[in-house]
Amino acid sequence: MRTQSYRISRKSKVLIHALLIFGAILMMIPFVWMLLTSFKTLTESTQVPPVIIPKSFSFDNYAKALVSLPFKTFYFNTIFTTLMKTIGQLLFCSMAAYAFARLQFPGRTFIFLLCLSVLMVPGQVFIIPQYMIMKQLHWIDSLQALIVPGLFSVFGTFLLRQFFMTIPRELEEAAKLDGCHYVGIYWRIILPLAKPGLVALAIFTILWSWNDLLWPIIVNTSMQKMPLSAGLAYLQGEHFTNFPVLMAGSILAVWPMIIMFLFFQRYFIEGIALTGTKQ
Amino acid sequence: MQMETQIKPKQRMKRSRINRLKYGEYLWGYLFIAPFFLGIAVFYIWPVLQTFYFSFTEWGAFNKYSWSGIDNYTKLASDKSLMHAFQNTLQFVICSVPLTIIFSIIAATLLNQKVRGLTLYRTLYFLPVVTMPAAVSIVWKWLYNGDYGLINYVLSFFHIKGPTWLSSADFVMYAIIIVAVWMSIGNNMIILLSGLQGISSSYYEAAEIDGARPLYKFIHITIPLLTPTIFFVTVMQLISAFQMFDLIFMMIGDKSMVIQSAQTVVFLFYKYAFIDNAKGYASTIAIVLLVIIMVVTAIQMKLQKKWVHYE
Repeated sequence: MRTQSYRISRKSKVLIHALLIFGAILMMIPFVWMLLTSFKTLTESTQVPPVIIPKSFSFDNYAKALVSLPFKTFYFNTIFTTLMKTIGQLLFCSMAAYAFARLQFPGRTFIFLLCLSVLMVPGQVFIIPQYMIMKQLHWIDSLQALIVPGLFSVFGTFLLRQFFMTIPRELEEAAKLDGCHYVGIYWRIILPLAKPGLVALAIFTILWSWNDLLWPIIVNTSMQKMPLSAGLAYLQGEHFTNFPVLMAGSILAVWPMIIMFLFFQRYFIEGIALTGTKQ
Repeated sequence: MQMETQIKPKQRMKRSRINRLKYGEYLWGYLFIAPFFLGIAVFYIWPVLQTFYFSFTEWGAFNKYSWSGIDNYTKLASDKSLMHAFQNTLQFVICSVPLTIIFSIIAATLLNQKVRGLTLYRTLYFLPVVTMPAAVSIVWKWLYNGDYGLINYVLSFFHIKGPTWLSSADFVMYAIIIVAVWMSIGNNMIILLSGLQGISSSYYEAAEIDGARPLYKFIHITIPLLTPTIFFVTVMQLISAFQMFDLIFMMIGDKSMVIQSAQTVVFLFYKYAFIDNAKGYASTIAIVLLVIIMVVTAIQMKLQKKWVHYE
């Protein structure tokens, strides 16, 4: 009896691994192909049947991509705007979340629900007026245009508020008796205790900011103010059929996020799981 | 008045102190939400009202606009491109959302079996989520290439002559659906996995005593207890599927011959608003999209009572 159940579970274990490996291969093929193609010559890339492994691993395509577009500027624009948005959201969202979670003031519920209703609205509804604001401020083709609307996030405030609600109140009561003020409680008690929530928000902001395409192509059309995503769209226009160069450009655009994910995996996974449970 | 005079000085002092504390809390509350609320009001709440207003306007050169009543709304029904776009979006939503959810549930369930190498699998499945959609589009465009693409080469082993995916009106939408599913499995899988881990093992132990088979356990225990999480990911996935843009913009583009069969509502919105400079009409489309998403979400909220089990 015992051995039989063992055999079944062993058999099903093999099946489970077979399925998982099959899935993993399907998930990885595009990445492997991107990497391999980025080292091929143009003729290698258009041979039938396809060349799987390039004859020599040359960095010519990377050089071509770097020459035809100002990647250094793209990196700076992307990193700088991502950093600013992340700092802004962490500060503004956590401040508001603290007030919504802990302080009493007239209109609190109304204001909270009003902001929350924004979550339901698809992004396209905001874009035209946001674009008009940028135009009026003469911010078209500037880094401010990429940063400022992204400093505020209802999602972030909601996420942090839900997180703050789970922090026990006793600690604050004790601090209040010691004469600690709201600012002190927020800064010295709530924020340190809410680190997992803050890390999750930071990761979401970084990910969205790095990968966003629609807003950058609308507000910044000059190459000097483009982030990587818009730069890739531009590269595609330049080297329409030269896929090895396009692959090299893609690798140049995605590697920082992939490295960051590999290093901070746990936080990515926990952050995503957090959004599912803090409904 | 009479009451006031009866209050002893000591009590009055206490009361004013309490008042001061209370108003102090109000003040700090407003100060704490001020930066956030101002930003949200200027960049999100006010724009919703403005887009609603713009949906009744017509735009000319230099972003000048004038009131045009319900013209934009009456124009919607006769706009063939828009009807195509709605059809495409609907096709995209109906195919991509269930496929994503089903594959995510399967992946999450397999990963929940205490398999070795869980972290490695999880990493590999999640990688597409952190990869820029613009880059993902370029790679898949190359994989789909009719002459030199890897996909058609693999199909040729099975003696199948692959279509020219992205330039074939019949296949283009399916090609995009495949990429979208590939991109979003990782994210949903993680949320579902954390839902699975929240299911108490006592349910399974009880079923095992009754001699339940794995498939029986999956259908009668796992799925019902996972329905709140499935509901959550479905709602989120539907909302984002209705807003599909990046893949169409990068993989197909405005100049493609098959754009009619591929463009989604949001792509058309972008084209009208920022290429054709018809921002009034584009606003109308945005409002219609908002209404559709709200209706679909409301229907799901209503239907959830029928299939979602809350413990």
